[in-house]
Amino acid sequence: MEKVKLSIDNKLVEVEKGTTIYKAAKQLGIDIPVLCYMNLEGLGIENKPGGCRICVVEVEGRRNLAPSCSTDCTEGMVVHTHTMRVINARRTVMEFILSDHPKDCLTCAKSGNCELQDMAVKLGIREIPGQEYAAMSTYKMDFSPSIIRDLDKCIMCRRCEMMCNEFQTVGALSAFNRGFQSAVGPAFEMDIEDSTCTYCGQCVAVCPTGALTEKDHTRDVINALSDPTKTVIVQTAPAVRAALGEEFGLKPGTLVTGKMVTALRRLGFNYVFDTDFAADLTIMEEGTELLGRLTKFLGGDKEVKLPILTSCCPAWVNFFEHNFPEMKDIPSTARSPQQMFGAIAKTYFADKIKVKREDLVVVSIMPCLAKKYEAQRDEFKVDGNPDVDFSLSTRELAHLIKQANLDLKTLPDEDFDKPLGESTGAAVIFGVTGGVIEAATRTAYELHTGKKLAKVEFEQLRGMEFIRKATIDFNGTPINIGIAHGLGNARKLLDEIKAGKSEFHAIEIMACPGGCIGGGGQPLHHSDSSILKARTKAIYAEDEGKVLRKSHENPYIIKLYEEFLGKPMSEKAHHLLHTHYFDKSGKIEIS
Amino acid sequence: MSRIKVKIKEKDLNIIKEICKSFNNEQGELINVLHKTQEHFGYLPAEIQEVVAKELEMSVAKVYGVVTFYSFFTMKPKGKFPISICTGTACYVRGAENVLGEFKRQLNIEVGETTPDGKFSLSCLRCVGACGLAPVVLVGDKTYGRVSPEGVKDILAEYNDK
Repeated sequence: MEKVKLSIDNKLVEVEKGTTIYKAAKQLGIDIPVLCYMNLEGLGIENKPGGCRICVVEVEGRRNLAPSCSTDCTEGMVVHTHTMRVINARRTVMEFILSDHPKDCLTCAKSGNCELQDMAVKLGIREIPGQEYAAMSTYKMDFSPSIIRDLDKCIMCRRCEMMCNEFQTVGALSAFNRGFQSAVGPAFEMDIEDSTCTYCGQCVAVCPTGALTEKDHTRDVINALSDPTKTVIVQTAPAVRAALGEEFGLKPGTLVTGKMVTALRRLGFNYVFDTDFAADLTIMEEGTELLGRLTKFLGGDKEVKLPILTSCCPAWVNFFEHNFPEMKDIPSTARSPQQMFGAIAKTYFADKIKVKREDLVVVSIMPCLAKKYEAQRDEFKVDGNPDVDFSLSTRELAHLIKQANLDLKTLPDEDFDKPLGESTGAAVIFGVTGGVIEAATRTAYELHTGKKLAKVEFEQLRGMEFIRKATIDFNGTPINIGIAHGLGNARKLLDEIKAGKSEFHAIEIMACPGGCIGGGGQPLHHSDSSILKARTKAIYAEDEGKVLRKSHENPYIIKLYEEFLGKPMSEKAHHLLHTHYFDKSGKIEIS
Repeated sequence: MSRIKVKIKEKDLNIIKEICKSFNNEQGELINVLHKTQEHFGYLPAEIQEVVAKELEMSVAKVYGVVTFYSFFTMKPKGKFPISICTGTACYVRGAENVLGEFKRQLNIEVGETTPDGKFSLSCLRCVGACGLAPVVLVGDKTYGRVSPEGVKDILAEYNDK
């Protein structure tokens, strides 16, 4: 690889040809401020439109200032990152951006966690001259079940557009109009609900301002908790425990399972349960469905639909309903763990504690924004009463805990309640890419072969590569497994299936980078991909620390089948734990 | 495609398909496709953009982004005689704003609107490359140079019986 030598702030550095000034400066410990630029290092997710010009630097011999995020280093280049000219230009750029930005920081949902606000602090902005000349845009707020858009706060960094189009290939968002009126949104300024948005929330995860935020349900939950006629129970998704601590200043990757349980109990939830219980249940149903289809296939049945696709990720479900409706009989019919939990809570558990369905409030804590949409789908309601009443993001839970004057860091560890709080290591790894299929493999292998696994870890299914393939030997039968995270990567595998070229028996798909640990409802990573890796490590550590690591060994799952469901895929299980999918694609009709 | 159902006449659908095909259905040809499509239909309503998006296998949000970025493209039907006033630097300095004001007054419409009889529509554009003739006005394909507010009446009169 060809190298180039250059000087940045009078320090010499040698970098590979094609390296940007911004990245070269980083090697020297010089942190040039960036706003529109975003790089999830090691994942290949990069946004560099070179649009905001906050990152400008002076290059000797060049007439104008250079955007360091998108200017490559050249041999002998002499760069200065903080001359008076640069500092003044950077400040002017920031003043221009702020002149067209609302000033309601005190009440903004992003306040205290906003990259634009941080930049104003960093650059020492004290006044915004010329704002009387700026024509502030006045777009209406767009409220969807998951995501709220306040376009007046858009600074045109176009990170959301990159995530939605390049990474997810959803294509709901694009920049439109020009000048002060420019913003990013769906075609024809339609509401996000009418677009092909999957509510994956990756636009929210990367938005540097308050333009994209989640629909906040914390008020509804506080109301339910203070209603004496209601029994309020909570379930927490696996990825939450690996990230919640970050909101309280703990190092990324710190597991706070026990502290989270204590916090939820002190918040006033009557029972603190675990979505992991339902994840074990998902494996029983989905694993049985997989084995059923496989057995038929191996027996020579040509009609059977393979590969089977996982169905835990609600953004992924939305994606294939919009884009691949002709393949809607391929994914597993198993509901997601959130919905399985809700269905069991409002039947089996409600009966056990003798509470009427309408007096039982089920709250879920999710790393996800699509779960909010999923919870209010009509097929998951009984007489208008949803199985899951409110779905909160990890960020919203942190707000609730702070409002209740609890310092998570110093709380003691407590255990989940029984019976819906017991889970295995297989359920915990649902939080990372490859985890669901690894959990399914642990159970399907033992049920299919009748043999005990000597080693429960399947290293070949792990990792951060966007598309992974592995073949697992099921006692002489090779089973081909595919894994994709990111909907753009999922699309590639789906196109293969459509073309009849897929070699897989089973495929796991997660919409977000890294799986649920990188979900749209998690604490903001602010472009630091090492945070996603730390969370992944934490999830695998939690699995390793568990005594039981295979879903079918969960004693409360065994009991649930004995007392209530009968066996996996029974009629009752079908009714409560399985679902069907819809064709939600747009149609061009001849009039 | 968005999730919204789109209704379109079969004849129109085939015309758009033909245009897209003449550019090999390439995404990189979007602007040319939109040019041709607008040339045929006079404007680019949502339904047409949906079809173009589908044919070029790209998101309709992107198509809409391009349509709203370039002032040449319009989502509203233009008049039989579309009037474009150049408000580029040279024309602006030579008084294009006053000419535009006179057109608005005479036609009683704003920029981007069409007269109720569908005869005239009004738009602004940036520089037609005839700065020596500033201020410049286009009516359809015909160019008028050194237009003054007083001359607006005469220009409109030319289209009286057409």
